[in-house]
This record gives sequence, structure tokens and C-alpha cells, in this order.
Amino acid sequence: MARSLLTKLIATAVIAVVAGCSDTDFTDAEKRTIASMSLAALAPLPSDPTNRFADDPGAAALGATLFFDTGMSRDGNVACGTCHKIDRQFQDDLPRGIGVGETNRRTMPLAGVARDPFFFWDGRRDSLWSQAMVPLENVLEHAGTRTAYAHYLKRRFGERYERIFRPLPDLSVLPASAGPYGTPTEMAAWAAMTDAQRDGVDRIFSDIGKAIAAFERSLVHGKTRFDRFAEPLAQGRTPAADDELSAEERQGLRLFIGKANCSTCHTGPRFTDNHFHNTGVPQVAGLPPDRGRIAVVGEVLADPFNCLGKFRDGGEEACGELRFMQKSSPELVRAYKTPSLRNVAGRPPYMHAGQFASLEQVVEHYASAPKSVEGETEIHPVALSEREKAALVAFLKTLSD
Amino acid sequence: MTSAWRMIVGAFGLVALAIGFLSIVFLTAPAAPGPDLARSKNSAKGLYSVAIAPEATEPKQGELHAWVVTVKTRQGAPVEGAAIAIGGGMPEHAHGLPTSPEATAYLGDGRYRIEGMKFSMTGWWQLKLGITARAGADEATFNLVL
Repeated sequence: MARSLLTKLIATAVIAVVAGCSDTDFTDAEKRTIASMSLAALAPLPSDPTNRFADDPGAAALGATLFFDTGMSRDGNVACGTCHKIDRQFQDDLPRGIGVGETNRRTMPLAGVARDPFFFWDGRRDSLWSQAMVPLENVLEHAGTRTAYAHYLKRRFGERYERIFRPLPDLSVLPASAGPYGTPTEMAAWAAMTDAQRDGVDRIFSDIGKAIAAFERSLVHGKTRFDRFAEPLAQGRTPAADDELSAEERQGLRLFIGKANCSTCHTGPRFTDNHFHNTGVPQVAGLPPDRGRIAVVGEVLADPFNCLGKFRDGGEEACGELRFMQKSSPELVRAYKTPSLRNVAGRPPYMHAGQFASLEQVVEHYASAPKSVEGETEIHPVALSEREKAALVAFLKTLSD
Repeated sequence: MTSAWRMIVGAFGLVALAIGFLSIVFLTAPAAPGPDLARSKNSAKGLYSVAIAPEATEPKQGELHAWVVTVKTRQGAPVEGAAIAIGGGMPEHAHGLPTSPEATAYLGDGRYRIEGMKFSMTGWWQLKLGITARAGADEATFNLVL
């Protein structure tokens, strides 16, 4: 009798201690962090004063049409939607995107993209609309030219375009295919055009970007298992039984916002600080050297379609990100954008050139923190047990529907 | 008293002793000293009195915002025509500011507008102001915790 009472007492004590040490209770500070990562904490999408068509439904509809139109390419086979697949989180599951040829970079998913201050993995453009124009002329992506797009737009969507944007100029005297990129003949033809002609084509081209951007503003994140857990927790309620995270997932969450330091950069409801970091991700063998952010600082500053250029709508006060961007810090060497982690489990491979095939490899990389091939990694090694690594992966999987 | 009961009493005694010991340790331990969060101070060499304040509301993580820096002599006279260089970063993460803020306007009365500030993460940030004016060059470092 006494012995069984003793056993019960010890068992109760053990359970109490284990429960206290495991993930049953998050501290108030942890709860605040978890609440800040919930989708409910996401502010409304800010307006984009640099694109006065950003919230124009007609522009968004035209943008959607253009986004999925393979006519918007040199060979008639590539649309934005070719790599940004609508049923695959607007990415393509490949290590590096393939348009007309294979690119050097992983295709990024597009949910919430309108909230970024800079675009591409290295931030080489400073607006969603100027971003959308770049792949159209990249020889490995759509590989088209500016005048070819202007002719195509007039032929296929001229009436729609004029209803939304402005009257089209006379394009009949312009070369069928000319632009600042492309073949030497096309570049020469572009150079031979008058300033006014080039300006007219550039205006159409930037409107194409603005229409596509208007469409992309509608791509948003959906609620995930994590949000169904975090939202009640943020409100001081107990999540419903179905929405509870498992002990392993909770342990992963605690590591994510604690010892593993993931939320230092993967912060807020989008799990990104919108900044660029060198995290020692290896170079892909066979690809040309890739220096990340530092290599494109000059490019975004010189882009005629950037915020300080004449194609911006609205006032210059919207250009703070460009005006005050970091331009020369050694931290920009091999620095790449912190990607959002929402729905991350559903889109291997990972990193800016698809270097890692699984989340396990990603966690292993951040735990071991290898040296960067160039510049200094910002990551420090973290001693994580195999169980802790598995817990982090389990938590990352709760960021999916 | 059976040996089992003696063990229970003993166990409780030990637990109580441990709790007592731990409470003393926790209650008497000095609180971790946080960084000095003063928003006005003398510059390092004592040439200027420097104060900072956000121009609008307190900064939010990830948002560009402006600060107003007020530079006065130690006697309280506004310092005009100062060149202000802005640096800083996160001492715990060994990285600098995510942007390149600049002093963009003199607002009068020793006040200067600093634009382009951004704190991309929560945590401890340092804002280092290099001030050069007639009295000479000096520096002031402010700690901010987001």
C-alpha cells in the first residue's frame, strides 16, 4: 500500500518535471514571438505609389493574362507561369529555373511578393513592376525584345491596354525586334531608333511590368497549421485539440525562436527580415562565380526603371529603400535574400541555386555553419542533437496548410 | 514508521531544501545588466551634448523611418553646420545597419534629420553618430532595443 503510494508520488513528480521541462508551456516572451509570426499579425498590404495601376482591377486582369501568355517570349514557349507554376506555389521544383535556357537561380515562390522592398535573390530590382520586366529580356528566360513586346501587346491586347493605360504610339515604323539586350542586330536596331521612339517603347514596357505587378499583388499566403495554433495562443486562448502542435513540433518551434537562432532573420509573419545575408551557402560547381548582393548594387542604382527614374508614378518620397540602401558593406558579399519559410516543406530544393535537396540538409547546414567561399558567413555553429534537428524540421512542416 | 514512509518524508525534505536553495540563488542573482538606453548623452570626448528622438512614432521592425539628432555644445548652445556620419549595427550579431542612413536636413536649433534608418531585426542595436563641427570631431553611441 505504502509502496504503491510512493510509486504514484514519484510518477506524479516525474510527470510534473517532464511536463515543465518539455514544451507544454511557452514563456510569455516566447508567446509574444509566436504571436508576431502568426499570419494574423500581417499588416494590410501597403499601397505602391510608384505604380498607379497597382490596385486597378483592369490592370491586374491584363497582368494575369500576360503572366500566363507564352506569346510573351522569343520562341512562344515561355510565360512567367512556366517557372512560376500556379499549382506549385508559383515556383517550379527545380534547382534552377528553365526558360529558353537554364538560369543560375532557383525560381522563387510568389505569395506575398508585393511586400518585398527588393526583388530577385540578390535584390537587383527595387519594385515589383521593374522586376517583372527583367526576365522578359533575359536570354535564358523569355529572351524577347522590347519592341517585339510592344508590337505583340498592340496586336493582341491593344484595346485593353489603351483603356487602362494610355494611347499607344505609332509602332509601325519601329523594328520588329529591337532592344538593349538580345542579338547584336537587335541592339544596333535599338540604338538606331530616336530617343522619342525608345522612350515610347520603354513606357509600354514599364506598363507591362506594372500590369503584371498589379496581378502579383493578389498572391497571398494562406493560413497554415502553425497559424491555427499561434492565433489562439496570441489571444490567450488554448488552441483547439485539432490545432495543437505535437510535442516534437513544439520543441522545434521553441528551438526556432530560441537556441537555433532561426527567427533572427526568419522573423515576423512572413518569416523574413527582407534583408540579404551571407550564410555560407556553397557555390554550385560548374556555375559562374556568384557574389550575391554586392554584384548588383550598381545595377539597381543604374536601372532606368528604378524608383528614382522617370517611369515611377507618384513622388520621390517613395524611394527611401533605394536612396538609403547599403551600397558597399563587406556584408553584401555572397549575401542573398532571406526567403519566406511559409509552405517551405512543399518546395524543395532550397537556397538561391537549389543547393540543398531537403530541409534536413538545410538544418544541418545552419547547425554546422561552414565557412563562406567568399566573404564572412553571419552564421555561428549551434550544437543541436539529432532529435533537435528533427524537431526543427517537424516545426517547419507546420508552416504548410 | 515503515521505511517507505521514512523515504517519502526524506524525499520531500530534500526537494524542499533544493527549492529553498534555488530560490535564494535566483532571488539574489544580479539582473543581467542591459545596455545603457539613454537617448541623450555627452559625446565620447565630451565636445557635444547629443540627443536622439524618432521623428514620428517609435520605430517598428523592418520599416524605414527618420530620427532627429540634436547637437549642442556642453554649454547648451545649438551646434550649426555639423557633418554627421551615421553607423552602427547589432553588436551581438557582428553586423552593421541594413541601410545607409544619411543626415538629409538641418531643422534649426541644432537639430538634424537622419533619414533611411531601418532595424531589420528585433534585439539590441547601436547607432553611432560621428559629429564634426567647429569644436572638432567626436562620436556618440546610442543603444536601442527593439
